[in-house]
Amino acid sequence: MDGIHDMGGMDGFGPIPIEQDEPVFHAPWEGRVWALNSALGALGKWNIDAGRYTMEQLDPALYLQSAYYQRWLCRTENILIAHDMVTRQELESPPERCKVKSQGRALSVDEIFARQRQARSARVDEDVAAQFKVGETVRARNIHPKGHTRIPRYVRGKTGVIDRDHGVFIFPDTNALFAGKKPQHLYSVRFSAQEIWGPDTASADKVYVDMWDDYLEV
Amino acid sequence: MTDDAAHGDHSHLSDTELRVRALESLLTDKGLVDPAALDAIVDTYENKVGPRNGARVVARAWVDPDFKQWLLRDATVAINSLGFTSTSGADIVVLENTVKVHNLTVCTLCSCYPWAVLGLPPAWYKSFPYRARAIKDPRGVLREFGQDVPDDVEVRVWDSTAEVRYLVLPERPAGTDGMDEDALAGLVTRNAMIGTDRLAGG
Repeated sequence: MDGIHDMGGMDGFGPIPIEQDEPVFHAPWEGRVWALNSALGALGKWNIDAGRYTMEQLDPALYLQSAYYQRWLCRTENILIAHDMVTRQELESPPERCKVKSQGRALSVDEIFARQRQARSARVDEDVAAQFKVGETVRARNIHPKGHTRIPRYVRGKTGVIDRDHGVFIFPDTNALFAGKKPQHLYSVRFSAQEIWGPDTASADKVYVDMWDDYLEV
Repeated sequence: MTDDAAHGDHSHLSDTELRVRALESLLTDKGLVDPAALDAIVDTYENKVGPRNGARVVARAWVDPDFKQWLLRDATVAINSLGFTSTSGADIVVLENTVKVHNLTVCTLCSCYPWAVLGLPPAWYKSFPYRARAIKDPRGVLREFGQDVPDDVEVRVWDSTAEVRYLVLPERPAGTDGMDEDALAGLVTRNAMIGTDRLAGG
């Protein structure tokens, strides 16, 4: 989807909020949101692409107004509801009025980290033919998928060169919709910065974008 | 509202805090999460994984040419050999800075970052201005970090749009010939491994 999350190249957000010696979490609740997200993700009800798609579907105004871990909180609530693990009513009721039935046994931290290690790699051990080879000139397709996609707007229609072949990976566009892993080659594609941003950009500078076979054409 | 503004807004924060507590309590009652596991996850990210891991990788590459070649060829396996798999099994690619090339990493679409070697990203890395501008005006962004990149140095920006995580191998600073690996690791900043700091100066 052409969502608010696709921010590469936008102007107007002001200076970068650089902070000296910043803590990992700025308040305890941020750490809880992060940990909840890790623990819930390890249950395996959804995948990383579905999680990202849920984040992208937040109301754009809410997305822009919320701090990072506030967005994660909204995302987590929404994905729990989408997977029938909690109801909106349960989230909005005072805890003491909320009678809930246990759904099972929660994972230990070791189980959570072990499952993350297993699930995190999107590399697929399958022999899929590469559609392009290193050094080949390619064009990022001008596509606007309605669902989840990882092809940023700024690169669509631009011409670049296959810089390296990362191997075979899960395709996020289908995986996010639980419509299959559609394993295919993932490449780092090199673009001249001027091809993307125009002649005012330093002529030797480059932009590298990771892209799957389905995002590219000759 | 930027992250900073949200942090300063206490009434907003307490609302959020109440929602987080309600959610954790509900999920605990449902048997979906265990608060002790949540404590351990927070402790891991606050105290166990962090940029010191990445600094060890960089220092090893500076003193051991064979390790450096391995790192540039197959960073995932080379880094695992040092024991830094942490909680993330993502594929890692290491990008070498040279006199003529400076690398900068960003995730324009969300907040992808090499947790295994750098821990969780700083707030600025996840901020809208960095996500929006690093890809388009890397030299301007680097100036905000106090780094002027000379015109004859090529800037390469890497957008982490997939499950490959990028780590920058900074140039070894001049005048460090006599230093051992531990001392060298102490020179490596987190920002140098993201690409917003240049240890060699210039």
